[in-house]
Amino acid sequence: MAQIFHRSTNTISRVSVFGGIGIIVVLVATLAAINRSSYVTEVGVARSQPVQFSHKHHVSDDGIDCRYCHTSVEESSFAGIPSTKICMNCHTQIWAESPILEPVRESFRTGKSLEWTRVHNLPGFVYFDHSIHVHKGVGCTTCHGRVDQMPLMWRENTLYMEWCLECHRNPEQFVRPREQVFNMDWQPPSDQIVLGQKLVQQYKIERLTSCSVCHR
Amino acid sequence: MKPDTRRPTLDTSRLDLASIRERLGSSQGQEYWRCLEELADSEQFHKLLIQEFPQQAAGWFDGVSRRDFLRLMGASLALAGLNACGRAAPIDKKIVPYVNQPEEIVPGRPMFFATAFPMGGAGTGVLVESHEGRPTKIEGNPNHPASVGATNAFAQASILTLYDPDRSQVVSNAGRISTWNAFLTAINDDLEAERLSGGAGLRILTETVTSPTLTNQLRQLLAKFPRAKWHQYEPVNRDNAQAGGRLAFGNNVNTVYRFDNADVVLSLDADFLFAGPGNVRYARDFVGKRRVRQNKSEMNRLYVIEVTPSVTGSMADHRLALRPSEMPGFAAAIAAKIGLPVQSTTDAQHSQWIDALVRDLQKHRGGGIVVAGDQQPPVVHALAHAMNQALDNVGKTVIYTDPIVANPVDQSASLRELVRDMETASVKVLVMLGGNPVFTAPVDLRFAEHLAKVPFRVHSSLYDDETSAYCHWHIPETHYLESWSDVRAYDGSVTILQPLIAPLYGGKSSHEVLAALLGGFGDTTYDIVRNYWKTQKIAGDFETFWRTALHDGVVAGTAFQPKTVKLKALANVDGLSASDASVSETRNSKPARQNSLEISFQPDPTLFDGRFANNGWLQELPKPLTKLTWDNAALMSPKTAERLGLSYQVGARGGEHGRVFTDVIELRYEGRSLRAPAWIVPGHADECITLHLGYGRTRAGKVGNGTGFNAYAIRTANAPYYGAGLEIRKIGTQYPLACTQFHHSMEGRDLVRAATIEEYRKNPNFVQGEHHQESEGSLYPGYKYEGYAWGMSIDVNACVGCNACVVACQSENNIPVVGKTEVTRGREMHWLRIDRYYKGSPQNPETYHQPVPCMHCENAPCELVCPVGATNHSHEGLNDMVYNRCVGTRYCSNNCPYKVRRFNFFEYSDFETPSLKPLRNPNVTVRSRGVMEKCTYCVQRINVAKIEAEKENRPVRDGEIQTACQAACPTQAIVFGDINNREAAVAKLKSESLNYGLLTELNTKPRTTYLAKLKNPNPEIKTG
Repeated sequence: MAQIFHRSTNTISRVSVFGGIGIIVVLVATLAAINRSSYVTEVGVARSQPVQFSHKHHVSDDGIDCRYCHTSVEESSFAGIPSTKICMNCHTQIWAESPILEPVRESFRTGKSLEWTRVHNLPGFVYFDHSIHVHKGVGCTTCHGRVDQMPLMWRENTLYMEWCLECHRNPEQFVRPREQVFNMDWQPPSDQIVLGQKLVQQYKIERLTSCSVCHR
Repeated sequence: MKPDTRRPTLDTSRLDLASIRERLGSSQGQEYWRCLEELADSEQFHKLLIQEFPQQAAGWFDGVSRRDFLRLMGASLALAGLNACGRAAPIDKKIVPYVNQPEEIVPGRPMFFATAFPMGGAGTGVLVESHEGRPTKIEGNPNHPASVGATNAFAQASILTLYDPDRSQVVSNAGRISTWNAFLTAINDDLEAERLSGGAGLRILTETVTSPTLTNQLRQLLAKFPRAKWHQYEPVNRDNAQAGGRLAFGNNVNTVYRFDNADVVLSLDADFLFAGPGNVRYARDFVGKRRVRQNKSEMNRLYVIEVTPSVTGSMADHRLALRPSEMPGFAAAIAAKIGLPVQSTTDAQHSQWIDALVRDLQKHRGGGIVVAGDQQPPVVHALAHAMNQALDNVGKTVIYTDPIVANPVDQSASLRELVRDMETASVKVLVMLGGNPVFTAPVDLRFAEHLAKVPFRVHSSLYDDETSAYCHWHIPETHYLESWSDVRAYDGSVTILQPLIAPLYGGKSSHEVLAALLGGFGDTTYDIVRNYWKTQKIAGDFETFWRTALHDGVVAGTAFQPKTVKLKALANVDGLSASDASVSETRNSKPARQNSLEISFQPDPTLFDGRFANNGWLQELPKPLTKLTWDNAALMSPKTAERLGLSYQVGARGGEHGRVFTDVIELRYEGRSLRAPAWIVPGHADECITLHLGYGRTRAGKVGNGTGFNAYAIRTANAPYYGAGLEIRKIGTQYPLACTQFHHSMEGRDLVRAATIEEYRKNPNFVQGEHHQESEGSLYPGYKYEGYAWGMSIDVNACVGCNACVVACQSENNIPVVGKTEVTRGREMHWLRIDRYYKGSPQNPETYHQPVPCMHCENAPCELVCPVGATNHSHEGLNDMVYNRCVGTRYCSNNCPYKVRRFNFFEYSDFETPSLKPLRNPNVTVRSRGVMEKCTYCVQRINVAKIEAEKENRPVRDGEIQTACQAACPTQAIVFGDINNREAAVAKLKSESLNYGLLTELNTKPRTTYLAKLKNPNPEIKTG
């Protein structure tokens, strides 16, 4: 009986078997790459806001402390978004006529809140607490990046769970002295591991990786 | 009510009561059972049990065929990976700050405000958790005498009513939308006419009023309209208790019981642990005297004589079930034995019981309480007062004060008078503040018919209900969490109610409506309440007083002082004199004809008088003893059911454990008839049928409409609670009831362990004894819990089965309501259930309640079988559930020996209704379809407490974390804490000899353990 399949079918089948695997590998790799790209993670994507508020200007140029506006960062899970009143504390005096600040003045006049666009957003099943991180020596810049150099706010890190776990597994690589938490210029010393290990002991930092620490 | 005539498709054997009796007769020792089926040991029941996961089986019969199912599954698998590829944050997500942030608000941190939950006129102090101005959870107020930090199920559920989207939202006139101003104009014209006649045609109908401010306004109104009348009516009222006080003392009194001083308690049909003013406090005090610990083995003793099995009855050391008509005579027999000059004929059957009881009461003179139930006729109350006097209890355990009710009228008489006036058309303007008399008034008064003769009718209420439909004007009423007011507690203490939120639906408080009648149109409720208190004598600065009162949740020094009352000579008491042989023939229970069935009307244990009919949490809450949800039924004893040939079948259809088909009967009473499903309740009095009020609403709202049957339809004015002459006919159809009793049966293992106090004293380790050996060791390496190790101890001896914990858990953890159909499939979502066990004869069994949350096993069987790692153990011993990982295999639930895991078969959580969104606890994920969930030990509370402690550089203090169930529990039966801390209350409880775990022979090492149940029977009374 004659061969049903021509010899060339061997090649075709080889190509399709290995090619198929190859396609799957490429597909998975592509999806993974997309998932980590800034298209999905929004890392480095500056958001437009109702008022083009510049952290760079207020923090670097004016030297305003984070806590002047984000008032509850040390005592609550939520760091706090400044009320219009806080903006107006200064802007009744300076740039009081600036057209760019009209939405702020309008909010103050009408009592209707400004609606900012969220930059850092966690899924509904994740519960993050600012106050305990600040208390344990996690600096603002560790997660939010050099806010003092951002004219418009963007997300510095993916906020993916693997990113959270980097620090939750190895806190000594990231913690800093408490008094440096709000310091934008703080750079980890060359012996960060030594300092970190000391601080982990001193601040009683646990390696919290149980699910219910963040999910509930 | 339309009876469901659908038959179960599988052949089910009918319940055979005769065989049960036979089986019980031959058995020895402790026999616990959950339901009659189990006791009957029927083959069908075993078949149902063998269906390992009955909830799933039902699904095959649903619309989607197997082929469709496989196709859908294929598609789901193909797309499985893709849902990870969404954008993390939708671009348009907004964050909205305050314009001017209030100083005291820290976003993300809840605040607590003190107020009080009013029900039946009496207030229970509560602290309400508020997240940025929206109330989310009710807790008890430790400062308040009626709460002492705990709450009951009604208070817990009241927050859902606040947000109920079915609440009335607009002023309406003859069914058309109108405005408050239009109402003011309209009523002003009519009031003008009334002013000329001195208010001869003006009537106000309120519910029970204890509020000093409201009373003051009503008095002002009566001063302005001297011929106007103020009526009060609630369908479940305290008329009998008040009349009993007048019988005994000649004037109105309020009785306050000190269960913390009582060693022997006799309840004459009083459900004091569950209902009535002060029930939370009474439960706390009563159980405080029952707690047995290593260094304390004294217990109080409770005798209960009752008609319908109640929560209090289930705590009894000795319980008798009597027909209503026998109660007064029985009370008289006890009184006579105590030595009161009452004539009585004791039936020989119970003489030994009565003798022993009386000796016990006399042995504890000054340390006993005789308490009569609100449903009992006045004469029983008078007898109870006389007995307390004779036993020297007055002043020690029984305190008399002035009535807490501002105007203690006989409410039935008050309503009757109003109806008479309406009938003669002498009522021109009727203003009804709250209540729902068209639905709840005695049917023979024909309230609705006569109401139609009133030319100007106004009804202010939370819902546009049955009464509103009969009125010209309907005013949406404010919820108690939306308005200023004040209320008295069971001992007279006043709480000033403060609003937690502005009226959601533009409601008006009763104060505002009355102010409008008084001509004070611009007054806000705040002004009215505050101005009233300004006129009161207050020591010191008013502002300080006001702020202190609001902060504390109770106005200092307002509890009534004990007053001395003088008992009338019994010979002068109507119906009690020795010459008067009519003790049993009393006002409120008609003389029983021999062999006639009697009827008993009781407030429903979840809907009360019907006011909570649209509250899904309460509708779905299994009733403490019957474990029915979403329906009421005609309750009767097994013997009566057997005589009447009534029975029920556990719905088969692939093991739908929650569905029970029961015979429908027609009840004929005083010329009216009603159809209702029959339900057998072990321990019910024979030849008597109990109907729970509050069901069968037609205008309750989407949740409450059409559930159950309306018992008011045959309730008459002269027999509001008990009557005789009931006739019953089986009509041959069946009706499915959703009962949670049949779920998760545990096959006769020793889940509840109990003994008498004598047995305990002889062998304090009886719990550990002859029970299953705990196995040791594991294939998996052990884990050392070094930091905190969370654990829970539940005292079965303290649990009264009141359900407060179940609703508290539902409120705290955003647990959805699933509806009757889903409950019949065994899919209710409660993370915490209360199992109810019986022991002994079905005629009068002992009852045990056992709350079962997740056990947080150290060797958790659920964790090993999860294919996606969605349930894991935390380093503190919590069995974590990760919703976002769960793919819904339900393997964990299958492998859980305690059956405490709950699966979202459908999207039960309401993500759409806007008004329900602010209700949710923002610290707990709202679960969607396809996700398993279960008790987390309130991990959100653990995390908050840990964070606070770490910020202060200290360990979490013992008692700092209270789980929702623990905080709500009136009897402190649930204790939670760190078992690694030897000084922690929970660790001490776990070292008690009464401590045991459920199914520990499976080597699950549960973190939740139980303290065994103890009873303190009188050795002089033979049980059997």
